[in-house]
Amino acid sequence: MTETTATEERFSPLHRVHVDAGASFTDFAGWQMPVRYSSDLAEHHAVRTAAGLFDLSHMGEIVVLGPEAADALDYALAGKISGVATGQAKYSLLLAREGGIIDDLVVYRTGDDRFLVVANASNREVVARELLERCSPFECEVFDESDDIALVAIQGPKSFEILSQVPGLDVDGLADLKYYWSHPGRFLHAHEVLVARTGYTGEDGFELYVAPDVAPLLWEAIIDTGAGSGLVPAGLASRDTLRLEAGMPLYGHELGLGTFPAQAGLGRVVNLKKEGDFVGREAAEAGPQSGARVLVGLVAEGKRAGRADYLVFSGEADEAIGIITSGALSPTLGYPVAMAYVDPAFASDGGQLFIDVRGTRIPASVVSLPFYKRESN
Amino acid sequence: MADKTTLKYTAEHEWVLVDGTTATVGITAYAAEKLGDVVFVDLPDVGATVAEGKVVGEIESTKSVGELFAPVNGTVLEANDAVVASPELVNTDPFGEGWLIKVEFESLPELMSFDEYSKLVGE
Repeated sequence: MTETTATEERFSPLHRVHVDAGASFTDFAGWQMPVRYSSDLAEHHAVRTAAGLFDLSHMGEIVVLGPEAADALDYALAGKISGVATGQAKYSLLLAREGGIIDDLVVYRTGDDRFLVVANASNREVVARELLERCSPFECEVFDESDDIALVAIQGPKSFEILSQVPGLDVDGLADLKYYWSHPGRFLHAHEVLVARTGYTGEDGFELYVAPDVAPLLWEAIIDTGAGSGLVPAGLASRDTLRLEAGMPLYGHELGLGTFPAQAGLGRVVNLKKEGDFVGREAAEAGPQSGARVLVGLVAEGKRAGRADYLVFSGEADEAIGIITSGALSPTLGYPVAMAYVDPAFASDGGQLFIDVRGTRIPASVVSLPFYKRESN
Repeated sequence: MADKTTLKYTAEHEWVLVDGTTATVGITAYAAEKLGDVVFVDLPDVGATVAEGKVVGEIESTKSVGELFAPVNGTVLEANDAVVASPELVNTDPFGEGWLIKVEFESLPELMSFDEYSKLVGE
């Protein structure tokens, strides 16, 4: 319950709107961002049953532009970015030469020779720096446009219904926009908006990239349109429990420099079949050390949740066989869920383990991720 | 709901209602707000001996875990079962139905007044 004041606090272009909406704020990578508006649980349930609107303006947006931009990103990132069609998006990783994860990213191809790379707020500088360096041998340019791009996300089963009715928002083919595709649109005629069917909650939804000065108008237009359908503004607390239920990794928790993609279940994101070298290829091919811990899901009974840094045991033995990276009492499921790295011998589904919850060992079962999957529509 | 201005407070964001030798203890609205939605409350057993400043229970939200500290030396007279069954009472009525424990104490340590506590949390 201690409060820290960052020396240089940063504010979203939507800060005023959040203050007026009664938000509580939390420091996230130096940014003062809404942690909740009224209730974490209410916001969580709204996203599962109707829709929630998130401000993600703290995230980093780096543009890679030029005739060799695709080749440059094939070299810089773990995936085959040249295989991404214009309008399509791809989840990818920025690997260290030694094989660990510098950041996880979403790359949007917004033109034949133009890509938008979206990075975690805490990694914006390192991603921009690495991309600049890795792309320098290629004919392309790298711009950190994070300060000129705001990001709002509408997530939940009613997202399409609401977004399609927002006055002044004009996006061709919104209904046909497929998951992990984006389309440029306009807001109030003059303002460009990139609308993407992406998200981090396990629900259908859209992310909208706009200029910071337009963001408040767009935010309020979406809120006004969705209020009758159960849309609420949603803070980072609910975003965290939503992504946890959906089994989505969070940088700094499930992902980090000390983690190989294969350990995190992200082996498929590293394309070893693509032609040419890429940063981290050699290490990825060698793989993590034998016996390296792997990411699993844990579920328990009752209400006491294991949380980040709690140890996992196989029985009475003193030596831990794993550690939790994220955990909470799942608001949707009603029981505790956690993601943990465990020794591979204990990673099989159905295995019975124990979480040390502040001195008490609570039985937990290994399950495959995600914990929650929406019913396909 | 207790009159906030006549309650005593601790630096751990607990309120204490003193009635004779009984102290009713809960967490303040400020603490409840900081925790977020409370989803689990663990309270000491009736009859347990508690020591001032020592952890006697837990208040968990979706986000984090808060500890309940005993504000006095004494014996637990009552634990609020309603809050164990419905932890959200800590958020909806922290100074009333969200009370946590009642403790029979021998002597009362120095606690903060409403004005002092308000100053602490900057309100």
